[in-house]
This record gives sequence, structure tokens and C-alpha cells, in this order.
Amino acid sequence: MLEYFTTAWHIAFMIVALIVTVILYTYSERKVIGFMQDRIGPNRVGPIGLLQPVADVLKLLLKEVIRPSHANRYLFLTAPLLSLVPCLAAWAVMPFAPHIAIADINVGLLFLFAMTSLGVYGVILSGWSSNSKYALLGAMRSAAQIVAYEIPMGFALLGVLMASQSMNLTTIVLKQQGGISHWYWLPLLPLLLIYWISAVAETNRSPFDVVEGESEIVAGFHVEYSGIAFAIFFLSEYLNMILVSMLATIMFFGGWLSPFEGVLSIQKFLQWVPNFVWLFAKTGFMMLLFLWFRATFPRYRYDQIMRLGWKIFLPITLLWIVLEAVAIQLHLQPWFAS
Amino acid sequence: MSSNYVKTFMLWELLKGLKLTGKHLFKRKVTILYPEEKTPKSPRHRGLHALRRYPNGEERCIACKLCEVVCPALAITITSAPREDGTRRTTSYEIDLFKCIYCGFCEESCPVDSIVETNITDFHFENRGEEIFNKQQLLAIGDKYEKEIAKDREEDAKYR
Repeated sequence: MLEYFTTAWHIAFMIVALIVTVILYTYSERKVIGFMQDRIGPNRVGPIGLLQPVADVLKLLLKEVIRPSHANRYLFLTAPLLSLVPCLAAWAVMPFAPHIAIADINVGLLFLFAMTSLGVYGVILSGWSSNSKYALLGAMRSAAQIVAYEIPMGFALLGVLMASQSMNLTTIVLKQQGGISHWYWLPLLPLLLIYWISAVAETNRSPFDVVEGESEIVAGFHVEYSGIAFAIFFLSEYLNMILVSMLATIMFFGGWLSPFEGVLSIQKFLQWVPNFVWLFAKTGFMMLLFLWFRATFPRYRYDQIMRLGWKIFLPITLLWIVLEAVAIQLHLQPWFAS
Repeated sequence: MSSNYVKTFMLWELLKGLKLTGKHLFKRKVTILYPEEKTPKSPRHRGLHALRRYPNGEERCIACKLCEVVCPALAITITSAPREDGTRRTTSYEIDLFKCIYCGFCEESCPVDSIVETNITDFHFENRGEEIFNKQQLLAIGDKYEKEIAKDREEDAKYR
């Protein structure tokens, strides 16, 4: 009985921490993109604009949820939840330190992959149930895009799986021990790039944000949503971004492992740093990349997105997996020693 | 051709773009925080109108109606009559600030430098009808900002 209470407590803590992170993330998105465009970003609400996201959240909470008269009522209201719940559930298996996770299960990677794929149902159902042409177009684009990019993303994860011989996220990190050059980003560099680009496409972020493409289909699948229902879509999008950032850190950048491992002088100097700091620092950098991309790249055309996914990423991942299999058979040091 | 392929697969152009935006992240910001900071204005700036007076308090306007004639937007309406002392004066002088296109022709045409466009840009109307400024309001603006108005004309005089 007590165990259930502690788990519930952990979950509640996790959700609150995640929402606070999302709030800070939206603030930093506006600041970072502003700075990259030589502006200064929000600076009116609170000191240096820090309370701006709080004001935004309050505004969304107080607004009415307008339901289109011809929308399918039940699906229209469940769709936001369908997109929020999987990306919250995915956090259950995230290890923050060796074996410190809400559920330290052996099929962690598979579970994560299942959960990130489930998110598309929220998008499709919201697009369809809104009974709006723009929403439907956005949902169709989203479905095609997510299906297209899930395959190279899956193959990229397969590469990690082959290298670490495990689906347990803790084991994957522990297999990368031994300093920067031992992390999987080096032997799996093409897979890392493909994973990361697919992750940006999966989360419907710029430059792959044709799903929302405001210049052609207004706001895509969530045009008809307002108030708290819109806020939930927004929240799940940002949760997904944080999720794939942390996933990239765990699989390719050694999770909580210190980058100075093996460099004895610095390692001793930084002994006091708790290991989750490294995890959060690396994740933070990956999250920054999302914003950096958005400030830099113009939106891809829809057919270019499809071409990139099917005709370029898929062959490259397949090729690299074969090469990796050969490397594993030859026990290439230092990554595939066992 | 082949080097092009290599470049594409190394995401070369994308990295170049990222480098550029990365540099701008640390550049000096050009934003001007408007109500606290303002950009400098030219002495020729054409903003809100005003009617000026001579230093002895006599209003400059002699009701010649040149401004009314030259106004391309027909924003100025003047009625005039002789005053007790026999001089011709305006009985009403109205400018519709919605019609006005702030071209400055009224100021150019005025033989006595009476109607001027000041450098005031921050003004607003809260009710319908308030956009029509009458003679009293225009004279009041002129009285209030006479120093700035005179200074701007002085600065610009040598270029005319």
C-alpha cells in the first residue's frame, strides 16, 4: 500500500516538474528566438519578462473552450487528452540516475517508442472531429509525416539497441561508460543525425511544422481549439520536445555520465557534481537546438519532407545498421567490446 | 557534383545558417523600448497641428484661408469675420485629424507661420467627434509647445 503512495507521489512530483519546465521552456523559446533576431523578447511582465508565461497560462485558463457546432463533441474533447497522456506516460521510464526511474522496466525503449507513436492519434482525432477543412488537412499531413519519420527514427533506435544489446534505458547509458569518445554519438553519428532530424519532424517543430503551417492552413489540427483545450495541445507539444531531447541524451550522449570521465585531473575536480546535472545540461542543450533550428531554417515543403523521410533517411539508416552489425561482429573497440 | 553531395550529407549549408543565427544570439540588440526610449525626430517632423501667436499674445492667423485651399484632404474648415478693431480674423478654425494626411502643405502655405505641424506624435481620441480640433484647442497646443515649435523652425530655417 505504501509503495503505491510513494509511486503516486513520484508521479505527481514529475508532472509538476515537467509543467514548470515547459513554462520555462516557452519563455526561453521567446527569449532565445528574440535574441537570435536581434530583439530582446518579452520583458514587461515581471523581472526581465519572467512572469510572461504565467500570464499566458492564466489567459488560456480563463478563456472559454469554444466547441464548433458541427464538431463531434466527445472526440473533440478527448483528442487533447489523447495527445497529452502518452507523452506524460512516456516519462515513466526515463532514468535520471542509475535505476532511478518511476518504472525501471526492461523494455523501456520499446515502451517509449510506443508512447511517442500514440501521440499521433490525438492529432488525427482532433483534426477530424473539429469538422474544419484546415484542421483535417493538418491532421492528414501530420499522420503522413509521423508515419514517414517513425521508420527512420525506429531504425536509428534499433542501432542503439544493437550497440547496447539492451532495451533498458539504464543499461544503455551504462554501456556508454568511459568518456566522450565512448558515447554512441561517435560510432552511430549518421543515426544520431537522422534520429534528431526525425525527432524534430515527429514533434512537428520548425522546419517540419507543415502540420501547423500558419501561412497555408491557419494553425493545422488545433485551429478550432481555444482556452484550456488548446493549452493541452501546446503542453503536449513541448513535453514531446523535452522527451525526445532527453531520449537523444540517453541514447547518444551518455545520459547522466560526466563528459570528463577518463580525464583524471578534471574528473577529480568535478567529483561533487551530482550525475543528474550532466543529464539535465545535455538535455538542455538539445532543447536549445529546437529553438535554434526554429530561428534559423525556413519551413520545408511538404513533398520535400516526404522525400527526405522515405528516400534519404530510410536507405541511410539501413546501410548504417548493416555496417554496425559488421562492426559488432568484429568487436570494434572501444564501443562493441563485448 | 560529387563534392556537392558530400556537402549536402554533411548538412554544410544548414550548419552555416546555424552559425549565423548563433552569432546573432550574442549581438547587441537593436530594440528601442518605446515609452522609455524614443528615436530622435527631425525638426521637420509633421505631427499634431498647432496655431501660433506672436510674442505679444496676438494670434498670427489672418484668415487668408490659403491652408484651407491647399489642403489636399479638405481637412481644414475656416470661417472668418472682421473683429472689433477692424482686422480680419477667423471665427472658427477646425482641422479634422482623421481626414488630415499630415502632408505639411498648410504650414508651407501659411504667410504668417500661424498653422504649424509640431513633432507631437502621441495623441489619441476616446470619443467620436474628438478628432475635430477647433481653434481654441489648436491655440492651446501652440501656447503649450511654443518653445519647441520655435526651436524646430529656427533649426530648419537655414535649409529653406
